[in-house]
This record gives sequence, structure tokens and C-alpha cells, in this order.
Amino acid sequence: MIRSRWLGAAKKLGVIFITLFGLLTMTFVIGRLMPIDPVLAVVGPDADSSTYEQVFLQMGLDRPIWVQYFYYLQDMLSGDFGYAILTGSPVVNDIIRVLPATIELASVAIIFGVGLGVPLGVYAATHRGRLGDHLTRIITLFGYSTPVFWVGMVGLIIFYAWLNWAGAAGRIGFAYDGMFVSYTGFYLIDTLLSGNIDAFISALRHIALPALILGLNSVSFLGRMTRSFMLEQLSQEYVKTARVKGLSERSVIWKHAFKNILVQLLTIVALAYGGLLEGAVLIETVFAWPGFGQYLTDSLLMGDMNAVMASVLFIGLVFVFLNLLSDVLYKLFDPRTK
Amino acid sequence: MRNVETIKNPDYGMGLRVNVEPTRKALFVKSFKKLCKNPLSASGVVIVTLLLILAIAAPLIATHDPLQQDLARTLSAPSIAHWFGTDEYGRDIFSRIVYGSRVTLYIIFLVTIIVGPIGLLIGTMSGYFGGWIDSAFMRVTDIFISFPSLVLALAFVAALGPGLEHAVIAIALTAWPPVARLARAETLTLRNSDYVVAAQLQGASSFRILFHYISLMCLPSLIVRLTMNMATVILTAAALGFLGLGAQPPLPEWGSMISTGRSYMLESWWLVAFPGAAIMLVSLAFNLLGDGLRDLLDPRTE
Repeated sequence: MIRSRWLGAAKKLGVIFITLFGLLTMTFVIGRLMPIDPVLAVVGPDADSSTYEQVFLQMGLDRPIWVQYFYYLQDMLSGDFGYAILTGSPVVNDIIRVLPATIELASVAIIFGVGLGVPLGVYAATHRGRLGDHLTRIITLFGYSTPVFWVGMVGLIIFYAWLNWAGAAGRIGFAYDGMFVSYTGFYLIDTLLSGNIDAFISALRHIALPALILGLNSVSFLGRMTRSFMLEQLSQEYVKTARVKGLSERSVIWKHAFKNILVQLLTIVALAYGGLLEGAVLIETVFAWPGFGQYLTDSLLMGDMNAVMASVLFIGLVFVFLNLLSDVLYKLFDPRTK
Repeated sequence: MRNVETIKNPDYGMGLRVNVEPTRKALFVKSFKKLCKNPLSASGVVIVTLLLILAIAAPLIATHDPLQQDLARTLSAPSIAHWFGTDEYGRDIFSRIVYGSRVTLYIIFLVTIIVGPIGLLIGTMSGYFGGWIDSAFMRVTDIFISFPSLVLALAFVAALGPGLEHAVIAIALTAWPPVARLARAETLTLRNSDYVVAAQLQGASSFRILFHYISLMCLPSLIVRLTMNMATVILTAAALGFLGLGAQPPLPEWGSMISTGRSYMLESWWLVAFPGAAIMLVSLAFNLLGDGLRDLLDPRTE
């Protein structure tokens, strides 16, 4: 038993390494496909030909492609992603700087997604085939089908321009910028720790709308998944037994069936979190949220190759990690795998 | 007639009715009727049909020329003359949305005819041959799946340069892995079925078995998958258009219409609201249709 488990873990690690290797290869290929001249991006359009030549050699572009590939792998594995043209600092530093904003946004969004999606799924499963189930199906299908950037804009029009409930673009009102100590990089926590309640309210007003809209997709995803997990449990014999025993319906649903889908749910939430990163690229652009997504799109539009490739690679890494996490969580908490 | 039927199917004369010829057509009609019975999938069918009509008859339905600028009437609110209002160049938004349906269908069509065969080929080969071919193909598939599709499409478009065709290629490159996985799973269940083994014993080549026996059997579930994919394709294409990387203006693509309308949205909401509603409606329709088709083919999921 134990030996097979180690073997399984080794196999898993092997797959991860191959995937990482593939990610690196893919970003390398994409980088070479780019019609942008990497030398020109560094020296600028006004440089004379000798400077150009020098940088060209310095970047190793005269070497055969497989040597370039080798150096690329070496750079990436040692954590050297090059300098971003837009900011002039190492791309790694940039990513670390913008990441908290995105994590904060995605975390609030996932809380909303779980808080609404899971009860919705349970409700649909327990009211199967009835009006509530159909309504849930329609709601979740809408969540799947709406372009998130569009909902973001409609939200801004209604809740900012018309009703003036939500804050404008950005993470916090201008007046509060720099008025609190940055402990964690998460404004909601930092403002509270600094004891600046007004700033906290401002931050909350700014994050509420983008996070809710970003979370819509998770609501749909988690709602649908919860529904099918619950349906599976509710059709089992032990649920029937519990009902025959005379337990209340509420206790059957929550203490028996729901308890058994928790492990599955946990793994799904990890995957949903990854999906939020994708939506964040669009939502951050709409709400001028200074996070990872906006950094990626800004660098894309500027043709900043280093920054784009490092960001894409980073997202790939996060996805691999989240997949792994969801596997590990499943193995850890599922009593059957013990 | 009866004699031919009897030879083909000896049970026919014994009073055991086994339909041979009419099955496929009859089954199709029956399935279609069943699909339309569910109000949700029926509305999907209706919207997709409307989209097709809109695209084919665009010149008849549109009230204005979608590219005709009218600088005297920029940003005018919805009215009887301009049902959905006008944009920053005074172009009629309703007409642009009508013509935009052509762009949307063009993207869906191209992506589907690229993704379907590639996914089918890789998936069936992987499942049928197994061994190192399977491992190699599946590792590549895993790598593509480990990227979120929008980010991967962004990276490809960044590499190829903005434009409608490049967006199509980028979306196709990100959309094939789920199709390949599905085709592989189907092939695995079909590989050892009696009719495939019979064909093998008769000496059919692997090529023949893959294309004449297995691929055809994979088609129904593949079509469902591709239909559900279309909703994602529409959303990804719109997102690329919104980021300015997809279709370029003045082409009336819905995503890029939202993108240009963004600068004016707080005063002129109709620039953003209507194209987005169109995207949502069409994507919803394909989701409903895909859902309905899936229930039809696999009643257990209901």
C-alpha cells in the first residue's frame, strides 16, 4: 500500500515536471513567433546600428535556436525573467508588486462565489425538477454565458454613474491613498489594522462591485457542481435510511448528504479560484484595478515581450499548483483514500 | 421491396420488426422533436436559428449601412430612426449588431472546423494506439489545458499580432484539448467493442478502423461538446475584441464595439449595452442547445 502510494506520488511529480517543461517550451516558442524585434524593444527606435549590433550579440540572438532555448531554460529556472520595458524593473518584482491586488479581488470573489453558489446548488438538488431547480439552471446558465467585462461595464453605469453606490475605478479613493500603513498589501486588511475606518469603507466600496461581478462565474460553476454532487448523495441508500429513521429533512440534507460532498467541493473551489484569475484579466481592465490582469494587458498592448511571457508562465504555474492542490486536498481529506 | 428487406434482415419476415433503413432519419426527427419539447433547449434552437437568419439576410434586416458615418448624429439615444442609437461616428448600432452576427458566425464556423478534426484525430489516435503515442499526446494536451484558455489565446495573439484571423487561430489552438480528451475517452470504450474486433479480424488497417469505424461513433458526443464549446468561443472572441486584439475597427464585431463604446459608456450607455446583450444572448443560446443535446444523448445527467 505504502509503496504504491509513493509510486503514485513520484508519477505525479514526473507529470508536473513534464508540464512545467512544456510550459517553458511553449512560452519560448510564442516569444520567437512574435513579430516584435526584441532588440529594438530594448535599444529603442533611435539607436544607431553599432548599438543595435552590440545588444543583438549580447542577447545571444546570433546563436542557433536550440542554444537560445537552452539559455532561456537556464534563465527561467534561475528565476531571471528579464526586465520589463514598461516599468524598467525586473518582471519578477513587478509581478510581486501587483499580485496582492489581484489576490484580494479574487479572494473576495471566491467568498461570494461559495457563499451564493453552494446554497444555490443544494437548493436546486433538493428541489429537483421543480420551479426552483429550473430557475437555478437558468441563473447558472446566464452566469456562464455573460461576458464578464460587459457585466462590469453595465455595473459601472448602473451602480456608479446612476446610483452612485459603488466607488469609481481603482482600489481606493484618492483621498485615502497612502493614508494607512501597508502591512499585507491587501487594502481591506491594511486599512483596518491602521485603524482608518473611513479608508476601509472606501476600499470596500471600491472592491465590492468588481469582486461581485468577477464572482458571478464561480457562482454558476460551484452551483452546478454542488447540484450534481448533492444529487448523487441524495440517491444513496444511507440518505434513505436517515429519512426512515425519522430525522428531519434539514438534518438529512446538511448533516448527512452535504457533509459527504465537502471534500469534492473543496477541490472544486481550488479550481474555481484558478478560473477567477482568468476573469481578473478582463475585470481589472474594466475597473482600472492595478493588479496582475491589468499588468498583463498593459504589457501586451505595449509589446513588452518579457513581461507578457513571464506573466503567462506565472499563470500557468499557478494553474498547475492549484490542480496539484486540489489533488492533494482530495487525497488528504477523503476517508476512502486512507 | 419486401424481399430485399428479408434478405438483408432475416428476422423481418418472422414478424420481428427491425428497422434498417429509416432509423437514422427517423431518429434524427424524433430527437429534434424531443429537443424542442424542453422549453430551455427549444429557446436555444430558436435563438440560433434567428442568428442564422440575421446573418444571411443582414442587408434586408439592417436599417442602415453599418459603416456609414453620420457626424451630425453622433451618440444619439435610441429612437425610432435608430432603434439602438448611434455610436461616436453616428453609425447605426442596430445595423452594426445585425452585420456583427456574420463576424460571430464566421469565427464560430472557422474555429469549429479547425478544432473538430484536430481534436478527433489526436483523441482517437491516442485512445486507439495507447502506449507512448497516448502518453505523448496526452502530455501535450495537459500542457495546453494547464493554461487558462483566455490567457493562452492572449499570448498567441500577442505573438501573431492583432486581427480577426489571428484571433481565430489563437482560439482554435486553445479549444482543441477538451475535444481531444473526449474523443480519447470515447475511443477507449469503443476500442474493444465487437464490431471493431470483427473489423480487425477481417484485416482492416488501423487507418481504416480509425476513420471508418471509431471516428464516426465518436461524432454524436463530439458534436455536443463542440456546441457547448461555441459559447466559450464566442466569449473568448468577444474578450479578445474587447482588449483590442481581435477584429479591428471598423469591422462591426460585438466585442470591439464594446471596447470602443467604453470611452462613452457613462453618458451613452447604449453603445455598450446592446452589443453585450447580443453576445450574452447568443452564448446563452449555444449553452442551452448544448445542454439539451447532452440530456438527449445521456439521460443520466438530467
